[in-house]
Amino acid sequence: MRTWAFSTRNFKEISRDPLTAVFGVLLPVLLLLMIHALTSAVGAVNPAFAIVNFAPGMAVFSLTFVMLFSSMVVSGDRASAFLSRLFASPMGAGEYILGYSLPVLAIGLIQAAVCLVAAAAFGLNLTNLLPALISLIPSVLLFAGMGLLLGTALTDRQTGGVFPILINAATLLSGTWFDLKLIGGGFEAVGYALPFAHAVDASRLALMGNFAQALPHMGWVTLYAAALYALAVWLFRKKMRA
Amino acid sequence: MNAIEISGLTKAYNGRTAVDHLNLAIGEGRLFSLLGPNGAGKTTIIRMLCCLTAPTSGDALLCGESILKNPAGVRALINVSPQETAVAQKLSVRENLELIAEIYGMRRREARETAEAMMRDFSLADRARERPAKLSGGLQRRLSIAMALISSPRVLFLDEPTLGLDVRARKDLWKHVEALKGKMTIILTTHYLEEAEALSDRIGILNRGRLSALGTAEEIVKASGRENFEEAFLSLTDEGAEA
Repeated sequence: MRTWAFSTRNFKEISRDPLTAVFGVLLPVLLLLMIHALTSAVGAVNPAFAIVNFAPGMAVFSLTFVMLFSSMVVSGDRASAFLSRLFASPMGAGEYILGYSLPVLAIGLIQAAVCLVAAAAFGLNLTNLLPALISLIPSVLLFAGMGLLLGTALTDRQTGGVFPILINAATLLSGTWFDLKLIGGGFEAVGYALPFAHAVDASRLALMGNFAQALPHMGWVTLYAAALYALAVWLFRKKMRA
Repeated sequence: MNAIEISGLTKAYNGRTAVDHLNLAIGEGRLFSLLGPNGAGKTTIIRMLCCLTAPTSGDALLCGESILKNPAGVRALINVSPQETAVAQKLSVRENLELIAEIYGMRRREARETAEAMMRDFSLADRARERPAKLSGGLQRRLSIAMALISSPRVLFLDEPTLGLDVRARKDLWKHVEALKGKMTIILTTHYLEEAEALSDRIGILNRGRLSALGTAEEIVKASGRENFEEAFLSLTDEGAEA
């Protein structure tokens, strides 16, 4: 009951911020439109821009904003006396973590679904939409965990400064804009050691109907998400006690 | 019966003692004010009693529950209106009240009905759908106190509830606080001496983490040998206390 009430409050806090719609939904769709216009005008010069490759990349790109929303709610609550009020209530650490995570999971999946459905207008086959969304669940949790960790560790101003660096790094290393194999070497190795390229590959494979092949990629992302959550929960509990 | 029994409560930060071996008992249903200059330890005491900060040593019992041994039990009995206006900025007045009601265990319907009653009691009903940013400072503070009251706490902490409010808003808030007297135990911290004098059953004056006076306003004035409460306060705090 408490978790549900707190989740609902956080969902409202995030969804009532106009930035959620602008960055989480409109920007990825706008980028889909721009790349479609580009490839229509000059031809498919980059295989990564084919809609079947680019749309899953944009879905993951939209999820990076989940990190921002999650961290802004947590750091905003920390900055105000509101969290002090809640810390004096009977809510436990687990209820805070779930309360911050559940709405972000819902918003992330809505964003990804809107992005993929919008891509249908540019020729994406949506037969495997549901498996593709399922394949994105570990990715949503990955970015939610990153947001929770950032929001707990940093102030809201610091989060605003760190976020553009993280989003650019995550997108460049995800293979959304170009195939990592084109550069190869250390760049590709780093890209596949990190979870972002796996997140995009998992959704591409699931969208093409190869869900079994997506599972190892989902597992890789899940490992990172679990590690980030463990760190975030540890830090949050520490801050609660302090 | 005492609602609060504090024994040897101490808090030290990096070698500085913010609260120094505080011993205090506060009767059930009483309104007790903690007065003191900035940094005297008022907010630190409130934070320890609300289980927000762990004491360095000592303990306190709130309605028989120890802040050290059973903080969850203590949290279920208390509520707090923090120094800043602690409200969720993107929720409406009604949603803020319902949120706190549900966090303290009320079901959806009960939370809605209780929120309605609180809005009536605190004259917020006509602003139910508005967000806190649209409310004046006084109304925001009123909402913050209503949120602290919605769980019907046995012990209510009001940390500087009228700080920064104009005279009219402050007096208006006093009426709401006065109406609560006898219904629950209230711990009020304030910088306004007249506020403590007007509202409190008993007053504790803190200076550098220690209780330098305890009693009714009249008792404190009499014991200090000064003419009025302000002079008594000044003589008991900072330079006055050192002399």
